[in-house]
Amino acid sequence: MSIEIRDIGKRFGSFVALHDVSLHIPTGELVALLGPSGCGKTTLLRIIAGMETADSGQVLFAGEEATHVHARDRNVGFVFQHYALFRHMSVFENVAFGLRVKPRRLRPAEAEIRRRVSDLLQLVQLEWLADRYPAQLSGGQRQRIALARALAVEPRVLPLDEPFGALDTKVRKELRRWLRRLHDEMHISSVFVTHDQEEALEVADRVVVMNQGRVEQIGSPDEVYTNPASPFVYQFLGNVNVFHSRVHGVWAEVGREHTAAVSAGEATAFVRPHDIEIEHRPVAGSLQATVQEVHAIGPLVRVELAHDSELIEVELTRERADVLALAEGQQVWLKPRQLRVFATPPPLLEEGGSGI
Amino acid sequence: MRPLFGPAPLLPGFRLALGCALVYLSLLVLLPLSGLAFKASQLTVAEFWAIASGERALASYRVTFGASLLAASINTVFGLIVAWILVRYSFPGKRLIDALVDLPFALPTAVAGITLATLYAGNGWIGRYLEPLGLKIAFAPPGIVVALTFIGLPFVVRTLQPVIEDIEPEVEEAAASLGASRLQTFVRVLWPALLPALVTGFTLAFSRSIGEYGSVIFIAGNMPLISEITPLLIISKLEQYDVVGATALAVVMLIISFVMLFVVNGLQWWAATRHGARAAGGARR
Repeated sequence: MSIEIRDIGKRFGSFVALHDVSLHIPTGELVALLGPSGCGKTTLLRIIAGMETADSGQVLFAGEEATHVHARDRNVGFVFQHYALFRHMSVFENVAFGLRVKPRRLRPAEAEIRRRVSDLLQLVQLEWLADRYPAQLSGGQRQRIALARALAVEPRVLPLDEPFGALDTKVRKELRRWLRRLHDEMHISSVFVTHDQEEALEVADRVVVMNQGRVEQIGSPDEVYTNPASPFVYQFLGNVNVFHSRVHGVWAEVGREHTAAVSAGEATAFVRPHDIEIEHRPVAGSLQATVQEVHAIGPLVRVELAHDSELIEVELTRERADVLALAEGQQVWLKPRQLRVFATPPPLLEEGGSGI
Repeated sequence: MRPLFGPAPLLPGFRLALGCALVYLSLLVLLPLSGLAFKASQLTVAEFWAIASGERALASYRVTFGASLLAASINTVFGLIVAWILVRYSFPGKRLIDALVDLPFALPTAVAGITLATLYAGNGWIGRYLEPLGLKIAFAPPGIVVALTFIGLPFVVRTLQPVIEDIEPEVEEAAASLGASRLQTFVRVLWPALLPALVTGFTLAFSRSIGEYGSVIFIAGNMPLISEITPLLIISKLEQYDVVGATALAVVMLIISFVMLFVVNGLQWWAATRHGARAAGGARR
C-alpha cells in the first residue's frame, strides 16, 4: 500500500521537529529515513504510525485520508528499537497478541491462531523458541520476535524505528540482510529509521536523507551517494574532504569548470577520500601536500596528508599504495578524480561526516 | 547459590556477611519471638485455647483482620493510581505529592490517630457532613479502616513505583499498534506486569495494619466486641498483669501473620517463575 505524506509539520514547544515534509512511498518499497539524531526522522515515523499527531499536513494510506486515524485502527505493525516485547508473555503469546485482541467477529479461531503464529515463527526461524519468555532471548532473537509480532496483524505498512540500533555489529549486519530478504518475500511497504548510512544504503530501495526537520534528498542509495543534492548529504553519507575556495582556490576552480551552476563568490568543493589520486610529481590542477600518516585498514590504505594546516584524507587500494610506497613526511601532489562544488558554505558536521 | 563451604567466591566476605545477618536477625527477630513462644508454653493447650478463642479475642481478630484487609484493598486500588500518575505524568506539585506519600511513614501514629479522629468526629470538618447521612466514622469500626488506610498507603505506592517505571511506554504503544484498545492493553499487558508488585504492596500494607496500635486506639472508640483491635486487647491484658494471657494472643497473631506472609511470598515466587526466569533475564538486559 502506498503512503503519501503531505506538508507535515510538527513542533514540540518552540522546537520545530518537522518543517512541511512531503514524501511519497510507493507500494512494496523499503524506504530508509536517514539523518542525524534530532533531525525529525523518528517523529515522522511515529506520525505515519499514528503514535504522534501532526500539527499540520496530511497522511494518506493508499489515497485514503488517515491523518486522524488512531494507531490501533491504522493497521500498522511497529518495530521498536528496544523491542518492547511483552515480558510476561511467552514468545508464542507475544506473536499471537495482535490476533487475540481483534474484535470477536474478526478474531480467528484458536487453531487458526496457532497455525498463523507457528507460520510466522517459522518465517523468522525461531519456531523452537515458542515457549520461551523474552528475557531468555538474545537481542537479535528478540527483534525477530518483535518483527513476527508486528507481521501477525498483516499490516498495511511496517514502520521500524532503528530496528538494529541496540544490536552489536555482527548481528546487525546479519539481521539487515535478513530483513531485506523478508521484505522481498512479504512485499509490505516498510519505512525504517536509521542514523547509520551504511545500513540505509545497503538495505533500502530508497533513502530519504533528513536534516533539521527537512528532507534534504530522496533517491536510490546509489543516487544519494554518488550525486548528493546538498553539502549536508555529501558530508553525512560517507567521509568527505571539504575545501573552501579561499584556501584551496585551485580545486574550487577545477570544480567550477565541471559544475557550471556555481556562480562567482564563496564556493566549497567536496571530494570523497577515494576520489583523490596521489602523484609523485605535479600535474595540472593538483595540490601539494605532505604525507603525515599511513594506516592500512583491511583492504584499504588510509593516508592522512597536510596541506598548510588542513588535514586531507585519502583512501587508496593496497595495490596503488604499494606502487606509490608512501613514507611519512614525503611531498606529493593530489588530484581529484571527481568533485562537487557548492556555492554556499556548508553547515559543517563534526568530524566531517559520520563515516565508519 | 554457592555451596556454604565451596571454593572461595569472587566477592569476598560471604561468610562474614552471612554471620552478621544471622546474628542481627536472631537478636532482633528470633530471640524476642522465641521468648514469646517460651512464655506461652507455660500454658496448657486447653488454657491456651480458652484464651485464644474467647469471645472478646475472636471479635478482636475479626475487627483487626477485617479492617486491615479492607484498608489494604483500598490502598491497593488508590495506591496504584497515585503511583501511576507519579511515574507517568509530570504536573506542577508532583514532587510535593511524592513527598507527601511518605508522610505516614514519618508521622507519629498517635498524631495521625488524633488528627483523623478530630476530622471524622461528629463535629469535625469531614464528620459533620457524614454524620447526618448516618455514617459514623470516628469512634466506630469504619474509623479503624480510615486509620489503617492512612498508614498503609506508602507501602503500596513505594512498592509499585519502581515497577511502573520499569514498564516502558513503548509496550503500550506496541499494544496499540497491534490493534488493542485501552482496556485490552491494561488487562493483557499492564495488569500482569503489575500484579506481583500489587500483591507485595498489598501484603506489606496488610501486615503493617495488623500490627498497628497507635493511630487506631485514638479513633476506634475501643468498644469490646465492636471496635477493639487485638493489639489493644493484648495491652489491656498486660495492664491487668495477665502476661501469659497477653502472650497467648500474641502467639495467635504471630501464627496468622506468619502463615499469611508465607502464602503471599509463595504466590509471588509463583508469579515470578511463571514469567520466565526473570532473574536470569534481568542480568542480561
